[in-house]
Amino acid sequence: MSRSPGFPDPAVLGPAIPGPDVVGPDVVVLRVTSEIDAAEVRQEARRLALRHGFSTVRAHGLATAVSELAMNLVLHTTRGGLIRLTAQDTPDASVIELVAEDDGPGIPDLALAMEDGFSTRGGLGCGLPGTRRLVDSFTITTRVGEGTRIVCQVRRP
Amino acid sequence: MRVPILRLGRVLLTSLPADLTDQQVMDLQIDALALIQAGKADGLVIDITAADVVDSYMARILSETAKMVKIMGGVAVLAGMQPAVALTLVEMGRDMIDMETAFDLEGGVAKVGRMVASRGGRHDEVPTA
Repeated sequence: MSRSPGFPDPAVLGPAIPGPDVVGPDVVVLRVTSEIDAAEVRQEARRLALRHGFSTVRAHGLATAVSELAMNLVLHTTRGGLIRLTAQDTPDASVIELVAEDDGPGIPDLALAMEDGFSTRGGLGCGLPGTRRLVDSFTITTRVGEGTRIVCQVRRP
Repeated sequence: MRVPILRLGRVLLTSLPADLTDQQVMDLQIDALALIQAGKADGLVIDITAADVVDSYMARILSETAKMVKIMGGVAVLAGMQPAVALTLVEMGRDMIDMETAFDLEGGVAKVGRMVASRGGRHDEVPTA
């Protein structure tokens, strides 16, 4: 599994030892296969954002983005996927990275999927474009038959 | 577990839980439509105070339920939207919620009553006086 640069995996490093000036990244990882998992992971996302000083509205925006991506895992894959949230604080800012990855069918026409009003599963067709508008950065990589990986970031000053 | 539907006069009331499943949605739609069809109610108020997040799937479900009630001849009103939910929905895109809305349950019930009355009641009666 690929790593995001700058965010060491706690599973590799072991539990972070909290020190006076060294705070390890705050990580939440959940496998999402059902709607119940989606509800759980979006609540975790909101708590994580609030814990790191995000406003209620920003925390809600992140929770909604997480919900969109989690529901995509539930509806578009048969085996679900992983949602990983990593919060990293610096003295005057905080970044939360959201990664959703699956080994599902992939998206055949990515440009179309990112368009408003396009939907394959009777949705509103604003899941992916809507999610992109809720976050500060949005990257999607997908291969048909192999899976999809979406990386988003939200920042607070 | 089914989402409970309460009846207040001629209006159905329901409050959606945070972890709503597809099955619960379908049951709720069937239950509400059956009650309206049986003449027990003219409309439905859906309260989303408890819904922590309204994503595009939830928005679709709400708008679809409203459309079902509408083509049956009833009125559906969404009530209790949190400010953060409204902000996020607008940020995400246009026309996420395609239904009548009200500030709260009370306003929702009043709106159903008013909308049904404005078209002459359930059976479109011609006013007698």
